Amino acid sequence: MTKVAYYPGCALEGSGGPYDRSTRALVKALDLDMVNLRDYNCCGAMEVKNVHPMLQTYLSARNLAIAGEQMGLDAVMTPCNGCYQNLKKAEFDLATSEDAMQMVRDLAGKADDPVYKGDVRTLHLLEWLMEELGPEGIKQRLTKGLNGIKIANYYGCMYTRPRQIFPEKDQGPGSESSYQPHFMDDLLAAAGAVNVDYPLKTACCGGAHTLSDADTSTRLVLNLLQAAEDSGAEVIATECPTCHSGLEMHQVRAEKEFGIKTRVKVIYFTQLLGLAMGLSPRKLGIHENVSDSIDFLKEKGVI
Amino acid sequence: MAIHEKSLIDADRIMEHKSLVVDGVDVSGHWNTMIKPRYISDYDDDFEKVIQSYGGGENVHRCWQCGSCTNSCTMYEVNTDFNPRYWIYLTRLGLKDEIIKDKDIIWQCVSCNKCTNICPKDVRPEGVMKALAHWLEDEGHTEIRPSHTFDEEFWGQVERTGRIEDAHVIMGFFKKTNQPLVQEWLTAFTMRMIKHLPFAHLMRMGMNFMFTPRTKSWGRTGKVLREYVEQQEEAARRRRQQVKETA
Repeated sequence: MTKVAYYPGCALEGSGGPYDRSTRALVKALDLDMVNLRDYNCCGAMEVKNVHPMLQTYLSARNLAIAGEQMGLDAVMTPCNGCYQNLKKAEFDLATSEDAMQMVRDLAGKADDPVYKGDVRTLHLLEWLMEELGPEGIKQRLTKGLNGIKIANYYGCMYTRPRQIFPEKDQGPGSESSYQPHFMDDLLAAAGAVNVDYPLKTACCGGAHTLSDADTSTRLVLNLLQAAEDSGAEVIATECPTCHSGLEMHQVRAEKEFGIKTRVKVIYFTQLLGLAMGLSPRKLGIHENVSDSIDFLKEKGVI
Repeated sequence: MAIHEKSLIDADRIMEHKSLVVDGVDVSGHWNTMIKPRYISDYDDDFEKVIQSYGGGENVHRCWQCGSCTNSCTMYEVNTDFNPRYWIYLTRLGLKDEIIKDKDIIWQCVSCNKCTNICPKDVRPEGVMKALAHWLEDEGHTEIRPSHTFDEEFWGQVERTGRIEDAHVIMGFFKKTNQPLVQEWLTAFTMRMIKHLPFAHLMRMGMNFMFTPRTKSWGRTGKVLREYVEQQEEAARRRRQQVKETA
């Protein structure tokens, strides 16, 4: 069993709170081994690299170093796609560029920070669950189930792109695919959901400009929502706090500003898995979602 | 004959006869399209080097114009004027005036990384878009874009505390871009958010807002990083100055 340092990131401390609470509740119910990454810093999200790319690399290297040097762990796990992509990018850049590694060492020396040695790997929560349990492990631990809820699995951009920084993906059976990701599909199917054929699994929600270019974001999100409904989905399962907030926010905006109403529910995959494990909706923060799915879940007999 | 990306050609350079028969063959409409030749003397040989001096633009010289970036681009699907392949081409030829024509849309890149993912030459077009957007602002061709304001607001908080608190970033952003906080859809969003929220959760969100989370061990880190960025930017400015002087 891999013990991991849990890196929730800033979004999960704020607007992504329900994702944090459902992750913690789920991990506890599944009896997996994780501790909080000690006194972490922000990964820089999608913004800081535009100020200077090295900032992004350094912020993530610092977090990896805290896990490796101060906590003696060799894996950082995060449920957030933004944090995940930044950590993976730092891991990749520092493994392939001695210059970048030297720069990180110099900066860490000046700032009196722990120094990353290249020996800590990054896992997305989806990857960790697949490694530790897989669909079979989930099936064994089910106390309830998802009663055939129809789900469109939405992975967004940062879980698979750019593929160059994810060398462990696309390695044949058992590995994740960067073109047709399926880890979330596999876990939710094991929990009793019916996954619809969703063509926009890795399309973009416009999260980078969700406020600064709101009309574009609304348009991109509407594509996602309408395609999910056209595919017969009742729920879009999310695994990224930025995508999740973007979908919720622009579903409301599309309705209020453009009069286009969609009914599909937006729920974190951790909340769905938690329900299948018999956890209460309150514990999973389902009532905190803006997308109000409580009546729907009752109707389906899931809660 | 159909012309790919006809929109890239200035309208007054396209010649087309509505009805035309040549040697008994009907070549009416787009079958007889001709493009007036043009002579360009106003190009900047060193423009590619300038763009390479901005973060993200380093690999622009590697492009062999396959068009995979534009083909996969999220923004191209929204607006066909958004054309990374073309802008990379113009950058390499030094046709700055042509790039300036698209100054109001280049910043819209959503960083979905479909282009960088698919590029066979590791040009990293997503980074080139950011480099071009920075250059347009630096040279005063556009005002500072909202997305740039957001980046700076975000980094400012990280530099000070090691972390961000999303409500602070959003409010700072609305303030700096002179947008009202009370917009109908935002109000509706907030109402739905608090509809089912128990009091304790509202308190927790409020506390998180009042007492900004910070990284306790942040110490000198923010200052060291700021100094590093300043040095790098200064060095990049000097490189650009040298390029200008040698030209």
